[in-house]
Amino acid sequence: MDRDVIIQIEKADSFYGTKQILKNITLNIYAKAVTSLMGPSGCGKSTLIRCLNRMNDLVPRFRLEGKILYKGLDLYSRDVDITDLRREIGMVFQKPNPFPKSIYENVAYGIRIQGVTNGEFIDGIVEESLKKAALWEEVKDRLHESALSLSGGQQQRICIARALAVKPQVILFDEPCSALDPMATAKIEELITELKKNYTIIVVTHNTAQAARVSDFTAFLYLGDLIEVGPTGKIFTVPQDKRTEEYLTGKFG
Amino acid sequence: MLKRNRIVKFKEMLIEKLLLCCSLLSVFTTAAIIYVLLSESVGFFKEVRIIDFLTDTQWTPLFTNKHFGILPLLCGTLLTTLIAIGVAVPVGLISAIYLSEYATVKMRHITKPLLEILAAVPTVVYGYFALLFVTPLLKKFIPGLSGFNALSAGLVMGIMIIPLVSSLSEDAMHAVPMGLREGAYALGSHKIQVAFKIVFPAALSGITAAVILAVSRAIGETMIVAIAAGQQPKFTLNPLVPIETITAYIVQISLGDTPHGTLEYQTIFVCGTTLFILTFALNVISFKLKRRFQEIYE
Repeated sequence: MDRDVIIQIEKADSFYGTKQILKNITLNIYAKAVTSLMGPSGCGKSTLIRCLNRMNDLVPRFRLEGKILYKGLDLYSRDVDITDLRREIGMVFQKPNPFPKSIYENVAYGIRIQGVTNGEFIDGIVEESLKKAALWEEVKDRLHESALSLSGGQQQRICIARALAVKPQVILFDEPCSALDPMATAKIEELITELKKNYTIIVVTHNTAQAARVSDFTAFLYLGDLIEVGPTGKIFTVPQDKRTEEYLTGKFG
Repeated sequence: MLKRNRIVKFKEMLIEKLLLCCSLLSVFTTAAIIYVLLSESVGFFKEVRIIDFLTDTQWTPLFTNKHFGILPLLCGTLLTTLIAIGVAVPVGLISAIYLSEYATVKMRHITKPLLEILAAVPTVVYGYFALLFVTPLLKKFIPGLSGFNALSAGLVMGIMIIPLVSSLSEDAMHAVPMGLREGAYALGSHKIQVAFKIVFPAALSGITAAVILAVSRAIGETMIVAIAAGQQPKFTLNPLVPIETITAYIVQISLGDTPHGTLEYQTIFVCGTTLFILTFALNVISFKLKRRFQEIYE
């Protein structure tokens, strides 16, 4: 199977202050596929995904060495406009974090802050994004109600719609289901599978079953090291490293 | 081993009762104050009709031709309060946004206590600052300014309540979950957009509570206006002439030799009741808003 590489992580080391989190990570992310970053708590999987949209820049004393290339462009070079980058590489967080605004305004926020004022255009984007996030039917009659009135699963889909509205290429999911019940989780997973037709998706999870269900590629991280990476089927059936096998069989985690 | 230790139990009970007494003390004091205010006010309203009190535009209880209209005093209070809020709210909110969203941790640790020192200056010092420094300074720009006026008292009072606004609003903005900021950044927001479009609206009820509390503080402030705003009850909104606020009037009568039990004496209680009703209403609104804010994020 031939696939385009969209993100190349090359020998990335990251630090919070003097504490090293990621150790010499080299990893390719393929376009229009789902890649899972899997591993126990504290393995650095969230840190890694937050390097990809430079969310770690918000953390004082964060430092990255090595390179992360997006379509061949070094994400950490001085020429990169960080706001453009974050529009291109969107993110959905662990805990649903809709803004305390209406459903409509949540989805419209990302384009409004770019200075778009054309009401019809925004209406169109909001509808399209909510449809893509499989939420339109549930909320179309109450777009102007507060997003905080929705259930946890719906809130998470609002956050997905919000991310889709700014037309990203890549969407990062940082443990998107850890605060949700099984039904809501199933819906989000279904949505991820649907979205990968048009977007590159990276999912952080500590849930091995979820990695197996949604992803085409799986990377296993442990204590800041990338232990192994490959097609999900292969990782789950014939893991090369003993630690991967132990994690998958529940010996630790 | 399992037997109850009676001495320990007795001590516990004693401490509990002692604590109860301490908290009841402040409740009792409040109740007593309300009782005194109301009972003296009732005496006042036996002689003066409420309708005259609320609508007469002159307040001259010490003159031979007595008028008991609260409007001039209310007007003075309103005027100085408006000027103070006009200073304290913009400056306070901008400092709060800076402290909450822009300042580094180190900077905040230095700046916040410095701002709060403003609140530690005795108000009598502010009063003389207004009278002896700000008024002469303003006279250079506004030749028609009187020696006592609402403008400089209001401005200085505004400076005094900046820390109240900034500190409480900063608390409200600081309490906005980090997740909301991250969500906004992840959509390509600039810092200023996060501050004004996400954090500020999310903290709005807390900020409103802070502003209302500041208004309430300005209405109740006494020393600055008593010293710098004058003692002439006037039904005017002109900030350049001497006026008198409700609080300043109370000071004036309390310091004078008005005989106990007279109508003039009772006016200070009716003024006190008016003040109490105003500030109490504002504090209740502020408290309710604050609670609503906490409900959203807890």
